[in-house]
Amino acid sequence: MIDFGFGLSPSSRVNLDLRDKELFSKLIETESDALKCMACGSCTASCSAGVFEETSLRSALLNLQNGNKEKALNLLSHCMFCGKCTMVCPRGINTRHLILSINKIYQAR
Amino acid sequence: MKNNILIIGGGPAGLEASGILVKMGYNVILVEKEKQLGGHLAKWDTLFPDGLKAEDLLKAMIKKTGGVKYFTDTQVQSVNILNKSYNVILSNGITVLADAVLLATGFDLFKAEKKEEYGYGVYEGVITNADLEQYFKGNFSIKKPKAVGFVHCVGSRDEKACNPACSKVCCATAVKQACHIKEKFPQADVFCFYMDLRMFGRHYEDLYLKAQKMGIRFIRGRVSEVAETSEGRLLVKAEDTLSSKPIKVTLDTLVLMAGMRPSESGYQVGHQLNLSVEEDGFFSTKDTMLSLQKSNLEGLFFAGAATGPKTLPDTLHEARSAAMEIDNYITETFNKR
Ligand SMILES: Cc1cc2nc3c(=O)[nH]c(=O)nc-3n(C[C@H](O)[C@H](O)[C@H](O)COP(=O)(O)OP(=O)(O)OC[C@H]3O[C@@H](n4cnc5c(N)ncnc54)[C@H](O)[C@@H]3O)c2cc1C
Ligand code: SF4
Ligand code: SF4
Ligand code: SF4
Repeated sequence: MIDFGFGLSPSSRVNLDLRDKELFSKLIETESDALKCMACGSCTASCSAGVFEETSLRSALLNLQNGNKEKALNLLSHCMFCGKCTMVCPRGINTRHLILSINKIYQAR
Repeated sequence: MKNNILIIGGGPAGLEASGILVKMGYNVILVEKEKQLGGHLAKWDTLFPDGLKAEDLLKAMIKKTGGVKYFTDTQVQSVNILNKSYNVILSNGITVLADAVLLATGFDLFKAEKKEEYGYGVYEGVITNADLEQYFKGNFSIKKPKAVGFVHCVGSRDEKACNPACSKVCCATAVKQACHIKEKFPQADVFCFYMDLRMFGRHYEDLYLKAQKMGIRFIRGRVSEVAETSEGRLLVKAEDTLSSKPIKVTLDTLVLMAGMRPSESGYQVGHQLNLSVEEDGFFSTKDTMLSLQKSNLEGLFFAGAATGPKTLPDTLHEARSAAMEIDNYITETFNKR
């Protein structure tokens, strides 16, 4: 059914049935380590860009899993690729590389 | 004359302790109310954290109990404390005069139908962790699922279910079972709904990492309700608390991680002896650090899940400690050796 946007209560509920799994699987093909994130928040806490603009790899990964691509890309749009988050990630994820891949895969048109 | 030791409960705790006590030279009598030995272990397929076969472990344990006199399908009818011993009448008519008694009555699984909002017993797709083990053992089948969910803390950490405590084993069980489902159905989406992941033991974190790498999705939030869709699938609602967003997903199977509650028939025996239980319903130990195997009664000991949720290694350690405590007690009290 087409959603004309006139519903009485537009839902902010995340519907996992409708999420785009294809791009996420594509991301995992090159960045399997993304699955290892345990949402500790160290990356967000140490982020140099985050001091000025809302930036969070933790939250971006979660938004990608929930199928919210725009929000995810926004959360990474101020990343300066300084690599500080890579130094703190306790799961040993190459976060800087992961962000590059997210941008590449999700921004490709 | 050899001293008689009575062990009530033929689960992992009772079996391990009886094997050791027999080797120490005691006359060990074990009573088990079910038709078979093994307690809950007999109901599990593979074990966390390493995937050991429950059946193999049980066989190895039973093998060590040669010399133990055991009665299955037998209940404790009555217990009386005599001067220094216990007079126990069993349901098969036999009377045992025991110098020491070990209560290894274990736990009961939380009755998941009590959490009505999850629809256990109402929706076909909703099963418990214990049911899933039966499925893994090949005792029933489910149709190939597209999506499977696991609900942690069912009947645990929940004042509404009258149990504020953590059941300790169900996080690891959920992660183990989720991996197993993913191995069987690689195409299926698998979700774990947790509040905190308690992967405390050796190798447990590895199990969690393995599950993550397999693509199992961990959603931090408690499932609030389950409904059936018109196609007979399950609509599950929760909050993804990490993104502060309510979430919904349609699943084919929902596995409830029912927790560990005090054993009802263990309680019956304890009641006859006026044994006290703590607020959580499990037996109180003599103290909380030094005498975990002792009760407030001389000559009456505990091992295993009778005093609270425990993993198998915990249970077996307790059984060995209890055997040692019993040996010390008999030596001191009856001045043998
Ligand atoms: C779903 C689930 C999965 C689990 N998986 C694992 C795992 O993979 N690895 C792990 O380490 N642990 C696991 N555990 C924990 C494990 O099952 C327990 O640690 C273990 O069963 C405790 O042993 P027990 O002998 O104390 O109690 P039980 O296994 O409950 O045995 C008690 C026995 O006493 C008998 N009994 C009770 N009352 C009486 C009476 N009045 N008279 C006669 N007999 C009586 C009962 O019939 C029973 O046979 C799991 C637990 C659950 C709930
Ligand atoms: S690499 Fe990007 S996300 Fe990581 S700390 Fe630097 S600015 Fe922040
Ligand atoms: S630091 Fe690593 S594990 Fe922690 S939230 Fe960031 S990516 Fe995830
Ligand atoms: S072990 Fe995990 S699932 Fe079980 S009660 Fe504790 S926190 Fe909940």
